[in-house]
Amino acid sequence: MSTLSHDSFNTCALTKTYITGETEVQALRGVDIDIPQGELVVLLGPSGSGKSTFLNIIGGLDQASSGQVFFRGQDLSQMSSKELTLYRREHIGFIFQSYNLIPSLTALENVALVTEIAREPMSPLDALDAVGLKNRASHFPSQLSGGEQQRVAIARALAKQPEVMLCDEPTGALDIETGIVVLKALMDANEKSGASCIIITHNVSIAQLAHRVIHFADGQVNRITLNKDRKQPEDVEW
Amino acid sequence: MIIGPLNKKLLRDIANIKAQIAAIVLVMAAGIAIFIIMFGVLDSLKLTKETYYDRYQFADIFASLKRAPESLKNRIDDIPGVSVSQTRISFGMTLNIPNMIEPASGKILSVPDTHASPLNQLYLHSGRMLHPNEEDAILADQGFFEAHNLSLGDKLSVTLNGQLRELKIVGVVLSPEYVYSIAPGALMPDSKRYGIFWMSRSSLAALTNMKGAFNDLAIKTERSAKLDNITLKVDQILAPYGGLLAYDRSTQLSNFFVENELKQLYSMGMMAPMIFLSVAAFLVNVVMSRQIATQREQIGMLKAIGYSDLEVSSHYLKLVLLIVLMGTLIGLFLGTWMGAGMTRMYAEFFHFPILKYSFSKEVMIFAVLSCTFAAIIGTLFAIRHATSITPAEAMRPESPTAFKTTLLERLGVHQHLSFLSRIVLRQLERRPIRALLSTMAMSLALCVLIFSFFLEDSMNYLLDVHYDLTQREDLNISFVDAKPLRALEEIRVIPGVLRVEPIRAIAVKLKSKHYEKRSAIIGLSHHSDLFRVINEQLQAVNLPATGLVINQKLAEILHLSLGDMVEVDVLEEKRHSLAIPVTAITQEFIGLGAYMNIHELSALLDETPKITGASIMVDANHSALLYQELKDIPAIIGLNIMTVLRKIFEDLMAENLFKMVSINILFASFISFGVVYNTARITLSERGRELANLSVLGLTPGEVAYLLFGELAIITSASIPVGILFAQQLALAMTHSMSTELFRIPYYIANNTYGAAVAILLISTLLSFYLVWRRVNKIDLVSAQKGAV
Repeated sequence: MSTLSHDSFNTCALTKTYITGETEVQALRGVDIDIPQGELVVLLGPSGSGKSTFLNIIGGLDQASSGQVFFRGQDLSQMSSKELTLYRREHIGFIFQSYNLIPSLTALENVALVTEIAREPMSPLDALDAVGLKNRASHFPSQLSGGEQQRVAIARALAKQPEVMLCDEPTGALDIETGIVVLKALMDANEKSGASCIIITHNVSIAQLAHRVIHFADGQVNRITLNKDRKQPEDVEW
Repeated sequence: MIIGPLNKKLLRDIANIKAQIAAIVLVMAAGIAIFIIMFGVLDSLKLTKETYYDRYQFADIFASLKRAPESLKNRIDDIPGVSVSQTRISFGMTLNIPNMIEPASGKILSVPDTHASPLNQLYLHSGRMLHPNEEDAILADQGFFEAHNLSLGDKLSVTLNGQLRELKIVGVVLSPEYVYSIAPGALMPDSKRYGIFWMSRSSLAALTNMKGAFNDLAIKTERSAKLDNITLKVDQILAPYGGLLAYDRSTQLSNFFVENELKQLYSMGMMAPMIFLSVAAFLVNVVMSRQIATQREQIGMLKAIGYSDLEVSSHYLKLVLLIVLMGTLIGLFLGTWMGAGMTRMYAEFFHFPILKYSFSKEVMIFAVLSCTFAAIIGTLFAIRHATSITPAEAMRPESPTAFKTTLLERLGVHQHLSFLSRIVLRQLERRPIRALLSTMAMSLALCVLIFSFFLEDSMNYLLDVHYDLTQREDLNISFVDAKPLRALEEIRVIPGVLRVEPIRAIAVKLKSKHYEKRSAIIGLSHHSDLFRVINEQLQAVNLPATGLVINQKLAEILHLSLGDMVEVDVLEEKRHSLAIPVTAITQEFIGLGAYMNIHELSALLDETPKITGASIMVDANHSALLYQELKDIPAIIGLNIMTVLRKIFEDLMAENLFKMVSINILFASFISFGVVYNTARITLSERGRELANLSVLGLTPGEVAYLLFGELAIITSASIPVGILFAQQLALAMTHSMSTELFRIPYYIANNTYGAAVAILLISTLLSFYLVWRRVNKIDLVSAQKGAV
């Protein structure tokens, strides 16, 4: 593991078993992987292949059953739930498929939710500006389109200036054109801030935007491919 | 940004569920207000009373006797523990008030000529105090003076010790001894027909042949003195002089009633707020659980982006505390405002010359803390649930709620149920705790209603039993002293008298084993029909030819049952000591009655039959004339007209109870409305989407209403028997806790009460149905499909 300092994440024999009722579900069956800092990484794979579980564990939302997961050399599997909260607060920006904005707060206030508690945040307005929504700052989620809502969610993730952005199906609920706008915003954020961006998707086309594509199947990493020439969202055939 | 985004969310959440919050705030405010009112009034009255007693030297021990020489005072003063004693002259008198058909009666007491009264001092309300040796001048108590619109200088025509006199009122006073002034034989104070007066000792002595003698004694004891020892000594000293057993403040009539009123306030003050606060806690729980359930994804997201459990739970706790804050502010305001008014009302009722408000910080802090505590207890589980939501859940949409077939269905009942009914039942069985708590809360609302009405029912019942079954006479009279039985004949011939029966009252001490009680034995004729003995089944029974008939309470105090022998120390005449068997036990709600055949009583007392009073049945057409005639008989000292006594009682009850019952109805409506409205709103928010789907599928509005309100209708129906049971238990507990020597509250709830209480509950339920139903009609089917209700 000589590349430790250059990697965002290193995992070692990571497993996760869920027990629901009388059945055990092995969501992860020993994942060993290194994700370098600053890359845009796409996790591809069918439903139930373990992508979301993996994302949840490296995001500090869930604990592994066995194995280790390091963020910049810090072992997440040893952290208490308090330490995990702090870890998420300081290092991770989340983007959810269903945006998860607070409906009773304006776009600006939704972003401010994060800047309130982050260590060195950008101003919420700058974060909205970065996703092209400065002029929608005072709108409530119900007054925004799906794409705009997701861009607010990206602004919310960006605003804390995180080292890593974790996105679970960020375009899953969007049409192609809106999806392109959102993906551009994500790539833009990845390039400008240098934050690693890890995106879960079903959509093979999105893989063409990534530095690195990790294929999941049956709770394990099937293969990893590196893109020599990444495409821009508008150049991809959808 | 001054207000952080989370706090903004909080404020907007509140605005979003403002109606539900308002319902909780109202219930909470009601609880706190009642608490503050009751304890504020209680504390204020206690303080006022104590200050009054203290400042005006209210005595600790009282005794009356036939007649003793003034020199006996030295022996009283020598009793260890006696700090000050005051001998007095006390006489009953009748008053002839020109514009009143019936005579009024009163009591006249002496005040020292040469020095200020050491005990039971008078507060001069207007006019002046008496000059030494001033003849035919009196002080009148404020109640009587005002009831008759008298002026200073007015003369009263009275019959005192058999002589007709004109007495001039020179001053109007209040006395700590007569905060509550009740005529002998009456149940309630009646300032119009009973007054207390004071005259200079020398003048009163001259009128009553009591020069150098006294027949009334008041004692102030030293702080550490043992009252029992002193009363025992006083009794020994006074026995040869016709002493009627000394008693302390606890059985001094005025003080007893004051204390009793305070005791009632205390039990109400404890009980009512507990009901309101537990309902408020339940409502907070329902609303917060729902709030947290609907915001599940938001909570997950907040935690995912780095908010800690503490930050998330304090966010929701803030909502609870804001509700508490609003509830307490309104409650404190209402409580202190209404409490001050209530205190004034009571102070006027009691004729306290001073009024001390005491709305202690401790009471308020306690009210606010218990409210906060109740609310937090109510939300603890909901908030714990909020923190237990893992942030990963925010990543995925909520899975459909797990439903099971219900118990009823497994029992096979479902075959008879429509699919709509099945939905209703499954919903109910899925959240049994909530259904149970809703039922409890509704029951409490019903319980408060029934209980309020119960107080009225039981008072009416008491009056019915007392005046229709027991004391059936139209009026009773009492004489200055015992008269031979043939005096009855003189009354019988007065026009308007239909029937007359003898009454012979004699003061006694009753003893059984180590229990003893001061009371009076009332001698009645064997076939007494006006004054009847009632058994526990409320049937009139003939007075047994021999033996003593005692009421239940007296039997309880002396631990007596049928056939037991009672030792009787007669405190008058020749002070016989007798042993008499108990031959019947009666049902009475007032006093400690002991009765026996007047002829047997006379035989035991070794005397020819005498009477001290009479029960009279009056021909209504001649009553005015009859009263006039009776007024002119100097030997008559007291006269009670039953219809008047009853009316006084009823008026007083109507005034006080009506206020309390209407407050209770209002507050109980808050509860039932709050519970039903909140539960219905929550059902709507949980199932708005489902209801919209069903509407789209073609269900009629009626069917949708059935789904929404079916659950609540079941809860409301279930709450009725439970509420009735609660109320009955509460009423029983009340009758036990309020059972005293002077007064018992009968356990009686009229059927109308159940009907009225249930009707009020149902009306407030229907009102909340209606309000929720208006929202259902406004649901936009398209947006509801997307889950935006």
